[in-house]
Amino acid sequence: MKQQIIVSGLGGQGALTLTRLLAEAAFAAHLPVLTSETHGMAQRGGTVISMVKVGPFRGPLILAGAADVGLFLTLKNLAIHGFYLKPEAARFVNSGTSGDYWHLDARTLAQQLGAPVVANLILLGYAVGRGALFCDPELMEKVITDWSPARFRESNFRAFGAGVEAARLAHP
Amino acid sequence: MATEQNPERILMGNEAIARGLIEAGVTLAASYPGTPASEILSALVAFAKETGAPLHAEWSVNEKVAYEVALANSYTGRRSAVSMKQVGLNVASDPFMRSAYLGVKGGLVVISADDPGPHSSQTEQDSRFFAMFAKVPVLDPSSPREAKEMVRRAFEISEKYELPVMLRPTTRVCHARQNVPLELTEALARPARFEKNPRRWCATPQHLRELHRLLNEKIRQLAAAEEFAPILTPGDGSHAGTCLIAAGVAFAHAWDVLMELGLLGRIDCYQVTLPYPLNRGFIRRIASEYQKVLVLEETYPVIETQLACAAVQGRGSQAVPNEGELTPEVIQAVLQRALSLTPRPAPGSPQGELTRPTLCAGCAHRAAFYAIRETFPHGIFPSDIGCYTLGVNLGAVDTCHCMGAGISQAAGFYHAYAAAGGDLPAIVATIGDSTFFHAGIPALINAVFQRARFILVILDNATTAMTGHQPTPELGLTAGGEPAPKVFIADLVRASGVRFLRECDPYDLKAFASHLKDADQYCRSEAGGVAVLIARHPCLLDKDASKTQPAYEMCVTEDCTGCRHCLDDFECPGLALNEATDQVVIDGERCSGCGFCVHVCPAGSITASPRERP
Repeated sequence: MKQQIIVSGLGGQGALTLTRLLAEAAFAAHLPVLTSETHGMAQRGGTVISMVKVGPFRGPLILAGAADVGLFLTLKNLAIHGFYLKPEAARFVNSGTSGDYWHLDARTLAQQLGAPVVANLILLGYAVGRGALFCDPELMEKVITDWSPARFRESNFRAFGAGVEAARLAHP
Repeated sequence: MATEQNPERILMGNEAIARGLIEAGVTLAASYPGTPASEILSALVAFAKETGAPLHAEWSVNEKVAYEVALANSYTGRRSAVSMKQVGLNVASDPFMRSAYLGVKGGLVVISADDPGPHSSQTEQDSRFFAMFAKVPVLDPSSPREAKEMVRRAFEISEKYELPVMLRPTTRVCHARQNVPLELTEALARPARFEKNPRRWCATPQHLRELHRLLNEKIRQLAAAEEFAPILTPGDGSHAGTCLIAAGVAFAHAWDVLMELGLLGRIDCYQVTLPYPLNRGFIRRIASEYQKVLVLEETYPVIETQLACAAVQGRGSQAVPNEGELTPEVIQAVLQRALSLTPRPAPGSPQGELTRPTLCAGCAHRAAFYAIRETFPHGIFPSDIGCYTLGVNLGAVDTCHCMGAGISQAAGFYHAYAAAGGDLPAIVATIGDSTFFHAGIPALINAVFQRARFILVILDNATTAMTGHQPTPELGLTAGGEPAPKVFIADLVRASGVRFLRECDPYDLKAFASHLKDADQYCRSEAGGVAVLIARHPCLLDKDASKTQPAYEMCVTEDCTGCRHCLDDFECPGLALNEATDQVVIDGERCSGCGFCVHVCPAGSITASPRERP
């Protein structure tokens, strides 16, 4: 298994959490994994990107044009970080606007769940539910349960489930 | 993959380094936070708790202090570590340089994390060059796993040669995560025993020539040791006479790019793990066996300089860009050129503008900056290193140089204008609480007794926010969370000879602006000098602190004229422009409900009503 994933967003939107969960999911699936994250000043609301490389890689960065999957926490970043993706890559975008990508208004869904900060987990659930990632929903649910801080466990779990459900409803 | 005997865990590079230190039996670690090195010490504290290893861990006030504390622990025969970002080594350079001459007893590992790019630093300097300058051996890991393994080797070298040893990770190692094998911790059980030896530990100039000779001898031995020779992955002869030499994460990226290009195993490829001192046999071999040598390293030509033969191409020869990070894209382009490959279609590039970082919604720094700029529209604003550097977005930060420089620069600006005659502009320096402790105190003392006149605003948010909320000396908490005596900023300011000191919450705009005006008057009065305001409000990222302040439901009324004053001059992420109506709206997700923007709107169209707490 070789899969290269980018997670793109703004500082504070939860890109680091998704990166961490994807790394732990790969680990739970007994796959070697390397990730790269943005820390420091950009975390204060600036453009951020994380990369996840599952498989026998040595370096943590993805070569432009080589990513298999893109998770975009904001539509604006599709133009900014889209060049990391292969032409045939699966793109998942947190947006109410449709285009040549899988879109889901995770922000509105998160508000309906009463937890605006979980839009990232809803988008993750959507991508996993679509079967675009190296792991299945059951494995990711276990990882979310194991790795979420106690006070966020329930809402993270529900958010991820809502994303998986949205994928199922949209594409029966 | 993981078994009971050989467990693995996903670790960030900085956590892997911390784990390596604990496994190697480190007994003291000191650090000052700075991206990308910050997480090392906090992970070390966590691993010490988890394994029960006895450890003194400290957030020192600066890197020089951290270095000296760790050095003395090493003198007693115990394993020691000091960690910092690369510019922290500039601050610690004084003890660092001399420690190479005097050497160490218990192993001393100096972790200096570089930031090629740079992503979050004031330079992209190469700590390996600093190591070469100091004649200190340096290890260059290419991944978190390797970083952990190199910590063990660094201690071995340090104790065998009685030298400090540098581990030089870069951002892409520090902030990478990888599955890393864990080992048992080494219980060294060494007592603390300082053996007096004034010729060494107190070496006067008459002894230093001999100590320098010994240092040169150690470096010569290390350069001859075959165990540190670069590791060859041989090619199949299809590129005979050509080789690739890489170190650090550039090696890892080159490996992946070679794999992508189908060149892995086709060309001789060396990984350098000890860039200084570079193995002497290797230097001879490269000169005699290859006609074309390409060196990939970050960020300065350290290996290339030591190879110094005509066949070598790299950052010095312009075959590799002379600045910036060696990303896979850069390496791919360099390889295609150097190996005369048919270039692959050029990868795309970012379209559209990146979103710039900004102070958080509700951040009290924004309130302070707003007051400063509104009070002194023509002022000069030297500032410093931290979250508050983002005050540049608000036009309230004119200079940012290095830790503590804002205060000395304010003094320099004063002397320039005072000596030149004419109108004296208001000079308002800003510095954060942690930065004040780090390097602000000598600068303040100097400014006072050199009779400078300016306003210093100490932005005290009771934490080191930018790097992940490490405690400052004023908080009275150790790195391990134990209570400790508090050192108060106000006491230090008074002791520095400052005679105008006020403390105020910048959320109270009226009071804060009035203190600023008083301070300006004091500066210009006959007996005036440096005026200090301590702007005190906790960082809102501290959840407990944010609960202690009232929260408001903010609303923008129809009276909004779309003048953009709040967007351009206050720049709070909680305020957005509705392009359809050309009026400002509250972004309910990002607004913290601090209520400050009520004072910002010239039309009085922002209103606040108490927010119900869940």
